[in-house]
Amino acid sequence: MSDYQTTTSKLETKRLKAGFGKLEVLKNVNLQIPERSITAIMGPSGCGKTTFIRCLNRLHELTPGAKVEGEVILDGANIYSPKVDPVAIRRRIGMVFQKPNPFPTMSIYDNVLAGLKLNGVKDKKILDEVAERSLRMAFLWDEVKNHLKKPGTALSGGQQQRLCIARSLAVEPEVILMDEPCSALDPIATAKIEELIVSLKRDYTVVIVTHNMQQAARVSDFTAFLYIGELIEYGSTKDIFENPKSEITEKYITGKFG
Amino acid sequence: MWGLTINVKRKVLKGDITLKAAVGVAAVSITCLLGLLAVELFLGSTRSITKFGLPFVEGTTWDPVHDIFGALPFIYGTLLTSAIALLLGFPISIGVAIFLTEKLKTKKAIANVLGTLIELLAAVPSVIYGLWGLFFLSPLLRDFVETPLHRYLGFVPLFSGTPFGLDFFTAGIILAIMIIPTVSAVSKDILNAVPNSQREAMYSLGATDWEVIQKSVLPYARSGIFGATILGLGRAVGETMAVTMVIGNTPSITASLFSGGYTLSAVIANEFTEAASPLYLSALVELGLILFFVALAINVFARLLLWRMR
Amino acid sequence: MVQNLESEKVDLIIAGISLAPGVARRRRIVNKVMTGLVFTAVVLAMVPLVLILGEVVLRGAPAINLSFLTNLPRPVGVPGGGIANALVGSFIMVGLATLIAVPIGVGAGIFFSEWPESRLSIVSSFANDVLAEFPSIVIGIFVYVVIVLSTKTFSGFAGALALSIIMIPIIARTTEESLKIVPITLREASMALGVSRWRTVIRVVISTGKSGLATGILLAVARAAGETAPLILTALGSFYFPQGLFQPTAALPLLIYTYGISPFRDWQTQAWGAALILIIIMLAFNLSVKFFIGRRPAERAET
Repeated sequence: MSDYQTTTSKLETKRLKAGFGKLEVLKNVNLQIPERSITAIMGPSGCGKTTFIRCLNRLHELTPGAKVEGEVILDGANIYSPKVDPVAIRRRIGMVFQKPNPFPTMSIYDNVLAGLKLNGVKDKKILDEVAERSLRMAFLWDEVKNHLKKPGTALSGGQQQRLCIARSLAVEPEVILMDEPCSALDPIATAKIEELIVSLKRDYTVVIVTHNMQQAARVSDFTAFLYIGELIEYGSTKDIFENPKSEITEKYITGKFG
Repeated sequence: MWGLTINVKRKVLKGDITLKAAVGVAAVSITCLLGLLAVELFLGSTRSITKFGLPFVEGTTWDPVHDIFGALPFIYGTLLTSAIALLLGFPISIGVAIFLTEKLKTKKAIANVLGTLIELLAAVPSVIYGLWGLFFLSPLLRDFVETPLHRYLGFVPLFSGTPFGLDFFTAGIILAIMIIPTVSAVSKDILNAVPNSQREAMYSLGATDWEVIQKSVLPYARSGIFGATILGLGRAVGETMAVTMVIGNTPSITASLFSGGYTLSAVIANEFTEAASPLYLSALVELGLILFFVALAINVFARLLLWRMR
Repeated sequence: MVQNLESEKVDLIIAGISLAPGVARRRRIVNKVMTGLVFTAVVLAMVPLVLILGEVVLRGAPAINLSFLTNLPRPVGVPGGGIANALVGSFIMVGLATLIAVPIGVGAGIFFSEWPESRLSIVSSFANDVLAEFPSIVIGIFVYVVIVLSTKTFSGFAGALALSIIMIPIIARTTEESLKIVPITLREASMALGVSRWRTVIRVVISTGKSGLATGILLAVARAAGETAPLILTALGSFYFPQGLFQPTAALPLLIYTYGISPFRDWQTQAWGAALILIIIMLAFNLSVKFFIGRRPAERAET
């Protein structure tokens, strides 16, 4: 594990424990996520990968009964420190969800800018610029540039997901979390989004939860394997898939369970 | 063997048919009841309709002595008091619904208790609201709200009449209280039906709790909340006892909130059993017909809006 | 680039423009203010409840004693007047109304739930909804025109009829809802065992849904017990025990109204006493329903 554990990790979890009420889902996860890279979180269902990623942007605590312990460190500071405003954290660590969730009462244009407008940005010129730039980065601009006033839900599934990605990009986060972003999409849409994800690592740190091993292999630079709430193994994707150190990892990768 | 099978089949079938027929009769009787209701209302209004025609709705005179009747003062009163009720009751109801669904997510027990308490407001019979309004609320409003408003803002037409306490204003306030349980309960359901994914999307952009409510929950729930409000309006329009005990019961069309007034339901309750002439009675029945249509239109509208949310 | 997460003076730079740190603070303040406002709304909603219950108890309790509950009304100024006839009248009318409304309401509810596709079901269900929204005073008009005019007398029967018309839609709706919840697999299992349709409905479906049914009936009864307006036009009210069903009959809410708007202190106090009795009855109904089911009281039946 040591080669990739440098002090320039963008995001790091220390002794992270999380669960709901009496149920413990994550049991002491220590993981470092390097900057400007794509890290895949893998594991069988129930291993806690979704809970894990939701702890990274303090979304987990919004569920009634949710509990979190430990530290999540962004650029050297713990985001769970009592004086930190979660609102600020969530702007810096964005999230894209499994099922695309554009706001149905807003146009495509308004959807993209929803987060930006929260921060009081009103200048139309700037708004237009950001909208175009975000949509371009999400590989969606050409398809919607003449339909910006249409409702956000008037798009296909794959387009909606790209819209959600554009929406997250517009507030200029540093980290983008993705919770199985392609699992509700068809293969063609999935391929487009995977291409988009790879393009993001130039400017952002991406953490992607996926149950699709081939996707992890295609897209990510690093992979972490979670099993029943524990981090079993972490390393470069190549290493994990070609030379897994743990037996459980090997079993999962070769399809013996999961 | 064959005989046995046939006999059993026939018995089973007979039971099925009997049940369906029996409950079918019950269902039919409801339709018949409604039909009968509509017919009788029309028949009862015929005398008045033929005498006054369409102008009845615009007529401002209600003079039983000379047998001249017009519905406008009552339509006005019904609309005015309902408008006040909505104006005051809606914000409070929405606030309650928001508080119970969004702010008490983690404390379900408290939310349940509060919810029950507010629903108890609905369990209080209208006549007791009226009693309370007559003896407690009316003097209170007159002395501490209406009189100061009249003294300092009397130049505004709304506050121009001399306040006596039994007026549109008090009636509106009582109605506002009475519709809170309805509007907040339905709104609560509507808000709960907003998918969590919408809230999470907003939170992930870095929004505060209120911004999540304002920008993703409420817009999503828009038509449902509107429907809940219209439902409350329907309730207000049909209210009789509480209104008649605090509104003053004098037909009047005036801008002043502090003037005594009358509503469709109140005049029927007050004057029906005293109606001396057949025309008088028919005019009152026609008022009932108008009230029925108003309530019907409102409720159909509300249901359409609520349907869209599902 | 280590940002100090805890500082309020974090310079937010988005889209190349530097946002004033005041923006973040303003948003926090707005959040706090709105939370306060929303909480205020809840307080405002509770205040009338407390005030009403308080007034009723304060002004009503002094009037209540055994003779109040067992005596007939006495002329103004004569002490010892009571509400016995109102209690009896209410009991009789609500009871009769229940006897009329339950078979029809439950029957219709069963029909809506078991044969929802039939045209009769669709039409009747709509009619039921319309009936539910009828202002109760208009129902009073209907019963007046049909019964009171033809029998030439105000009567307890007319009053009960009016109340039953108010109760039927409530019972039909809650019955339909309660039965619809019974899973279809239960019905299929029963019929697969060879049990006939009608027996399935009666034994399996109804007994599974029976708590919902009971709730609906209780709610309807509570509603009827509190209704005044239709009784003004049908039962009229009286100072005596009803001698048969075809005479003006007293009822608790009617008495509250008549005494309440009268100019006599003595009667007004009795109105409060009667109100206290009525509130106790209503609360008992609604709370017991809540206790049994956890469904919403009065509201659920009326929406």
